Amino acid sequence: MSHAKGLKCRECGAESPIAPLHVCETCFGPLEVQYDYDAIRRTLTREVIARRPPNLWRYRELLPIEGEPHIGLHSGFTPLVRADRLGAVLGVKNLWVKDDSVNHPTFSYKDRVVSVAISKAIELGFDTVSCASTGNLANSVSAHAARAGLNCFIFIPDDLEQGKVIGSTIYAPRVVAIRGTYDDVNRLCSEIADKYGWAFVNINVRPYYTEGAKTYGFEVAEQLGWQLPKHIVVPVAGGTILPKIAKGFRELRDLGLVEGDFRIYGAQAAGSAPVIQALHKGTDLISPVKPQTIAKSIAIGNPADGFYVLKAIRESGGWGEMVTDAEIVDGIRLLARTEGIFTEPAGGTTVAVTRKLVAQGRIPRDESIVICVTGNGYKTLEAVADGVEQPFRIPARLGDFDALYAQLRGNREASAG
Amino acid sequence: MNQVRVPTPLRKFTGGSEAVEAEGKTVATLLADLDTRYPGIRERICDESGQVKRFVNIFVNGEDIRFLQHLETPLKSGDELSIVPAIAGGR
Repeated sequence: MSHAKGLKCRECGAESPIAPLHVCETCFGPLEVQYDYDAIRRTLTREVIARRPPNLWRYRELLPIEGEPHIGLHSGFTPLVRADRLGAVLGVKNLWVKDDSVNHPTFSYKDRVVSVAISKAIELGFDTVSCASTGNLANSVSAHAARAGLNCFIFIPDDLEQGKVIGSTIYAPRVVAIRGTYDDVNRLCSEIADKYGWAFVNINVRPYYTEGAKTYGFEVAEQLGWQLPKHIVVPVAGGTILPKIAKGFRELRDLGLVEGDFRIYGAQAAGSAPVIQALHKGTDLISPVKPQTIAKSIAIGNPADGFYVLKAIRESGGWGEMVTDAEIVDGIRLLARTEGIFTEPAGGTTVAVTRKLVAQGRIPRDESIVICVTGNGYKTLEAVADGVEQPFRIPARLGDFDALYAQLRGNREASAG
Repeated sequence: MNQVRVPTPLRKFTGGSEAVEAEGKTVATLLADLDTRYPGIRERICDESGQVKRFVNIFVNGEDIRFLQHLETPLKSGDELSIVPAIAGGR
């Protein structure tokens, strides 16, 4: 009962059938899934969606799979958290955080795109799934492949921190460390995908993978009571999620499920901001950069879909900003302190950029704003380790604690006074 | 002489070969030479104004030519060129 009709090149419009293809044979443009929206409009209502289980497949008519989903049955439908305490610090009245730091099973938005990519890979007959990654994507592919009983190869640069490697190896994929940079790994994987006929989630099944990112936007709209936020701030790396949130909003609007306009804003780290630099210059041409930032999960200097990020931002009347590593760490701490949500540097970037855009007057203070948190801070402790208070070390004696407490209270009164 | 790595969508021009030879003093002249050997291949890589298309990346010895001198990047014999579709990745 799929409503996916085929693939179409976003650049030249050439069409091809549903297949493991990601690049237009004619112009190298990206391929995108086409749907039969008239058929979807006839059956998909708010009530139909509301009756379904709380996972990303509740919007399955707008996802490119044929039969029943195979995996991701607990992925998605993460909390949309009303953020009044953070809002008070930012000076805004109507703030929300969409929290994919608690996505199932690997704590990032990647569980959405990988759920769709691997379900599609199974339908297309693949028995091996793979990816090039430095972190969140590798974790998610490894976990979902384990659950689906598929062979799995993960390709990483050979200089990764141990924590990131174990976050994948625990699920028992084959992990191959390549002597080179992430870009080298990615290029090698394009060649391996061709030669070995595996499903690389972010290469040859990419058109299906990226569709999964729309569910982030669908959920925001549903959780706001079937309304679009006036403003939504999204981290930008390779450029998948921002245009797909915008597409998700437009699809809901075209289907008559929501009304109104939204503005979408991009957030990058200053040490890896090729898209924001192009946005500020007013050009379509994105000059690649060599990333230098603690926000490693969004440190892509040569973003595949950067052009479409610019397009989505401009079409919506939005904007974008970049922030320094120090501001990113402040953003992580601020979100944790005010809302009890611990995000990775990508999320700190988005919080800090939101703060900047509000201060600049780009985002008005009295309209609804959603901050997109896409990853979990427990994976990247080293990013904040130097920026948090160290424990007070005392002997196990009440008198010592009394003395410490009196000192701390004194400090608090002194700083309050 | 230089080796050129060819991505799948272009291999119909090269008789299925994933690596072919061509030569030139710069990337631009090499692409012209490649086009005489495999007619039609250049217009898949470059647009009407001669610039590299938005969704094509070219690497010389593993370095993106946008970090070098773009199409005017000089080549010496033995330098290896890779033509790679831009659409891939996501960490």
